[in-house]
Amino acid sequence: MSGTPVLRMESVRKTFGGSVVLRDVALEVAPHTVTALIGASGSGKSTLLRCANLLEEIDDGAIWLDDEEITDPRADQDAVRRRIGVVFQAYNLFPHMSVLDNITLAPRRVHGVPRAEAEARARELLERLGLGGKAGEYPDRLSGGQQQRVAIVRALAVRPRLLLLDEITAALDPELVGEVLTVVRDLKDEGMTMVLATHEMAFAREVADQVCFLEGGVVLERGTAEQVFGDPRQERTRRFLRRIVEAGRL
Amino acid sequence: MTLGKEELGSGERDAADDYVPSQRRRDRERYKRARARRATAIGALSTLVTAVVLYLVVVSAPGWPRTKETFFDPGYAREALPKVLEGLWLNVRLLLICGAAVLVLGMLIAVARTLRGPVFFPLRFLAAAYTDFFRGLPLIINLMIVVLGVPALRLQGVTVDPVLLGGTALTLTYSAYVAEVFRAGIESVHPSQRAAARSLGLSNRQALRYVVLPQAVRRQVPPLLNDLVSLQKDTGLVSIGGAVDAVRAADIIVGRSLNYTPYIVAGLVFVALTIPMTRFTDWVTARMDRRQAQGGAI
Repeated sequence: MSGTPVLRMESVRKTFGGSVVLRDVALEVAPHTVTALIGASGSGKSTLLRCANLLEEIDDGAIWLDDEEITDPRADQDAVRRRIGVVFQAYNLFPHMSVLDNITLAPRRVHGVPRAEAEARARELLERLGLGGKAGEYPDRLSGGQQQRVAIVRALAVRPRLLLLDEITAALDPELVGEVLTVVRDLKDEGMTMVLATHEMAFAREVADQVCFLEGGVVLERGTAEQVFGDPRQERTRRFLRRIVEAGRL
Repeated sequence: MTLGKEELGSGERDAADDYVPSQRRRDRERYKRARARRATAIGALSTLVTAVVLYLVVVSAPGWPRTKETFFDPGYAREALPKVLEGLWLNVRLLLICGAAVLVLGMLIAVARTLRGPVFFPLRFLAAAYTDFFRGLPLIINLMIVVLGVPALRLQGVTVDPVLLGGTALTLTYSAYVAEVFRAGIESVHPSQRAAARSLGLSNRQALRYVVLPQAVRRQVPPLLNDLVSLQKDTGLVSIGGAVDAVRAADIIVGRSLNYTPYIVAGLVFVALTIPMTRFTDWVTARMDRRQAQGGAI
């Protein structure tokens, strides 16, 4: 890992009401690397991603995107979000728009790309993700796997610096998980910088350069995939992985 | 495939394979057709019985001959109809103009109520106060205050035209109703839609305009049309200021003849105007349901 990190977090603290969701979280994401966040439900993975995209305001600490502090109240939040793509667990496609309109909304309205150009790029991305014939469909006519791939195209259409993937396969039937993970694998090969929260341990192990194990809002262990999965230092990481293995997920 | 769609009854024409409907399917469809015929027959019979009973009850009432004379006199009906229709044109114009104004004003108020940030506090407060006040104020009192009160002020340059003032009063009240309908629609759009829009870099205003409002308005079409049907009837109330609409036209003849038939005529004319609107509402709702729901037998 070299160069300025794309995303850096330091001492991040986030509470909801009385409960501490993130505690003293530090993270560094180097360009063209994939970081996997693992841990049980409620361990803070999704909140961490939402904080990185400023969908949640952090209580303390700081977050930098390409050396610019984005948690500075004077920072232009819309400009920050323009550089980060997000794919949600529940897809969150806009149901009143066709696939093509879903994808071209941000390029056209936010980035001022002319319609023809935005649509050409959208069609090219759809083609690449095996959704060539779906441009005119509405989201509710697509399968979950197709919807999630559209959501990925929508996030990619604005050429983000960083892609955040929040348990993007959690709502999918097992046979549809593969088609979405293939897309992520391809993106990694193209050098996209990604942070993904996931329960797919085998996939995390295969694709991630860096793995963070979260428990109770704390990053308990951070290291290469090889190290965290192969030789975890923390007893609690070991326990978590053992449960996963017993559940047949690794 | 030899059987066409009609011969198969329900069900779609199957793809170009060698499918031949089984005996089971034909039996099922024959049974369904028989059941449908029976349901129609029962419906027709019960309607007929109800109508006859109602007719006998009304006609056998002791006051019927007198009531018939005062409320259902064909002569007065013929005299009233052209005048009432002439007056109705005013109701229609009021509906179109007030309807458009109500939709715009209602939307502005609803959006004002959803604005965040301290700068907008006065706007939010005013919008909330407005809806609270005009939803609570009876329309008839609002009309009297505006139509009779404003001319009494003798202000320079302010109209005393009862139609304009009546239209203003209708717009004031109905904007409050419609603002609440829009606001309910805006709040019914799941926050994750907003989150998705903002995560794409859309500003708050863009998220509202391109993602939240289109979904909110679509969902609120049935209640909106409901309010418009209601507005259509209430345009009749502008007659309290002396404007000659359909109701007032009937009123004039009643005053002269002491026969109430013109009211019946005016009432029927309003119903006749409302029915297409209601059917239109049903059609729009059904069409939206078809587009959003994915089939299913129930």
